[in-house]
Amino acid sequence: MRRALREIRILARDPLLLFLVAAVFVLVGLFVVYPLAKVAIASLQTRGGVWTLEHYELLQTRRLYRNALVNSLSVAALVGVIGTALGFVLAFVLTRIDVPGKRALHLITLLPIISPPFVGAVSILFLFGFNGLVTKQLLGLQDFNIYGRWGVVASQIFTFAPLAYLSLRGVLQSISPVLEDAAYNVGASRWQTFWRVTFPLSLPGIFSAFLVVFIESISDFGNPLVLAGAAFPMLAPQAYLEITGSFNLPRGAMLAVVLLIPSLVAFAVQRYWVSKRQYVTVTGKPTASTSKIVSPFARWALYAVVLAFAALVLAFYAVIVVGAFTRVWGFDYAPTLQHLRYVFSVGLTAVLDTLTIAVVSTPLSGVLGMLVAYLVVRRQFPGKAALEFGSILSYAVPGTVVGIGYILAFNGPPLILTGTLAILVLAFVFRYVPVGIQNGIAVLKQVDPSIEEASQNLGADAVTTFRKVTLPLLAPAFFSGLVYAFVRAMTAISAAIFLVSANWNLMTVQILNQVGSGRLGVAAAFSIVTIVLVTIAIGLITLFVERWSKTTSTVRFG
Amino acid sequence: MSTHARGRDPAAVPDLRLVKLRKEFVSQDDPHSKVVAVDDVDLELRKGQLVTLLGPSGCGKTTLLRMIAGFEEPTAGDVYFGERRMNQVAPNARDATMVFQSYAIFPHLNVYDNIAFGLRLKGMARADIRARVDRVVEQVGLVGMTQRPPSQLSGGQQQRVALARCLVMEPRMLLFDEPLSNLDAKLREQMRIEIRELQQRLGITSVYVTHDQVEAMSISDVVVVMDHGRVAQVGSPVEVYARPVDRFVADFIGKANFVEAKAIDAHAIEVDGARLAVPNGVPHPAGTSVTAVIRPEALSIERGSEIRAPLRGVVERASFLGQLAEIAVRAAGEALWLVDVPNAAEIGMPEVGERVGLTPSPRSLHVLPR
Repeated sequence: MRRALREIRILARDPLLLFLVAAVFVLVGLFVVYPLAKVAIASLQTRGGVWTLEHYELLQTRRLYRNALVNSLSVAALVGVIGTALGFVLAFVLTRIDVPGKRALHLITLLPIISPPFVGAVSILFLFGFNGLVTKQLLGLQDFNIYGRWGVVASQIFTFAPLAYLSLRGVLQSISPVLEDAAYNVGASRWQTFWRVTFPLSLPGIFSAFLVVFIESISDFGNPLVLAGAAFPMLAPQAYLEITGSFNLPRGAMLAVVLLIPSLVAFAVQRYWVSKRQYVTVTGKPTASTSKIVSPFARWALYAVVLAFAALVLAFYAVIVVGAFTRVWGFDYAPTLQHLRYVFSVGLTAVLDTLTIAVVSTPLSGVLGMLVAYLVVRRQFPGKAALEFGSILSYAVPGTVVGIGYILAFNGPPLILTGTLAILVLAFVFRYVPVGIQNGIAVLKQVDPSIEEASQNLGADAVTTFRKVTLPLLAPAFFSGLVYAFVRAMTAISAAIFLVSANWNLMTVQILNQVGSGRLGVAAAFSIVTIVLVTIAIGLITLFVERWSKTTSTVRFG
Repeated sequence: MSTHARGRDPAAVPDLRLVKLRKEFVSQDDPHSKVVAVDDVDLELRKGQLVTLLGPSGCGKTTLLRMIAGFEEPTAGDVYFGERRMNQVAPNARDATMVFQSYAIFPHLNVYDNIAFGLRLKGMARADIRARVDRVVEQVGLVGMTQRPPSQLSGGQQQRVALARCLVMEPRMLLFDEPLSNLDAKLREQMRIEIRELQQRLGITSVYVTHDQVEAMSISDVVVVMDHGRVAQVGSPVEVYARPVDRFVADFIGKANFVEAKAIDAHAIEVDGARLAVPNGVPHPAGTSVTAVIRPEALSIERGSEIRAPLRGVVERASFLGQLAEIAVRAAGEALWLVDVPNAAEIGMPEVGERVGLTPSPRSLHVLPR
């Protein structure tokens, strides 16, 4: 108690800082915790408002729900392990090893992240479905069934391994290669250097990446909806079907809460585990060296993995492009512009709405993420652990839960937001800010605190220090936070599908509708427009961040 | 208390005053117990003085410095700059710039922008900033390097940037946190001299943390020797060297022979059966056991067949170091005496196994309670 008072007193020396801390608390409470509480309450009440556990009992009695739980968990674990391993190889090769075409491979590898949620799934259907190019046209298989576990796993690895890549790239970049030199120098073999220095130093990052992929997979809703099929139920689509199909809000809420538990467990394990491992490998002394720990053979083997993944990505996109300009896939391959015309006539409002929402929510999310990372790593205040937990919580929360929660929370007083732009923007900001926060925390923990103390010591207040020193140092994390927020706003479906209205619609929802009615060509055309818009935006963000921290390319923070 | 020995102008308010300053941390091993990092430290410093906080690692010297800078909040006690109590003043409003051990150069800014950082925050006019930065750049010897990014600077150059970034603020106080510990020996000596010259020329009150006693002695007006969070001794470099208050200080500052002795009267002690005069006085009753502190350079060696020196022994080790020779002599009472012989090349190196006599210089004999 006395400590809490003292911490507040120190904060209060900088009134703006005190205000920011208070504001972040209020926002997180209102837009993260409150909707979740609403969902939990809904899952524990009958439609009449009586407290009950009857919805949860269904988990035991109904096989559909039980299977959904087991399937979701096993798929998420599998995708988490494979996706993270793949992401690490990608990151290691593209940051540490001198191989040709790194820039191009980097961009290709990022493509799946910037895709709408159904691209992987639709490509897989184009290639391996009943009318698939490979399965039917090339192999002549009549009854090959891609639907089910392996279809979902394949398309999720394709979709989420690049996320692991992006986060591990930042991690590897901030580990000084001089440490590898040092281990090498004291007689470690290449293998030992990797296992005893590089790998342990990146372990917190690897675990974080696994967590991202695990939670993305378990809450993913696009891929399962298209590829799981009726014989392979999974939690997230099932929760959605309960609400939109059978209008059973309490049961949907119950499934959502069940979905939440493994995510939260994984989340808690990571917090406990990572918190014990902090590395300050960056001091004010800049370093420059390249990795020498890879043997020629390993180098080419790893490079081959990267090339194979890039080839797969390109193949998937080629198929989407062809599909978008093909009359009816599998039957009539005549070229056509009809799908694209549809997007720019009937679908135009959805395109503009989506852009507006993304442009509004991206900067909010980016700055909020860095601010929270800074407060959590560098400042002392009462309730800090709770704030950190609350603000990062939302990425352990499936979009389905968020969607239901926002409907329950903001459909009536004190805050009525249903049908507005605000509800979508808020949902996106708070749902996608945790990646920025996590990356920011990871980078900040590796920056010597005395660099910020020096700024304070020279007369900068906390906010100026943040703006002039911390934020530029955070540029890599800020960049990935911005990109992530924008891409997600452009490609989100699971939460947004509950929040769209006649006034504000989204391209992703359009894609879902087209896939649902079997018009894969239009879905492909929508996907291509999304990808083009996202690519342009990433280019602009890169330009902005590079201009704003102009020397980050010459100074390596490790 | 530091300035008593040098005489004090009663009208002058100390530029830096620490009153019963204390810092407790919660123990990392046991959250219920506390670690006292700084234990009720009192200190007064006049304007323009340079004080070093000297001690082994973990003695609390850096924590003390960080409380002066405002980065740590005292558990109890007060920090005054002049007459102003600073406890509640934020670190960015203290006007006491600090050179960090890691230099803490902003990696995203070039040399010029690093140095101009603080002035820009003050909203100073561009031309004035340029003038002041240029002047400081010349003072610290960074001319022609202002456009370089930190990644292209050597350790010594980064050190200069860190110093320039502080000096350009024309602060009321300079704080140094082991600034030279990352430099090689030669550069360390050179930077030490430059820092001292600049500090004296500009007359900026300075607090300097180091664990290197040679550095502390050569640079300071006042040395504060710290041990386990407490001040062991405050004094001029000569005072702490010649008249250490206890065995810790004597041992930490330079080399010393600690010799078991007995007080004979107020001006003499007995060592190995020999009576040694102590002109500085023996502040202990006759008959009590005491420890005599004898510096190696205060012993003169006597060779030959007829030895008249009060102490005798056998040479056990002899190393010639150039400007002096280090000799270890096993005395009759089994004690090993370290002796520095300044003119060994002239009088000849004593040989191992040779019987020699030792005579302590009376003025440098210093007596501590056992």
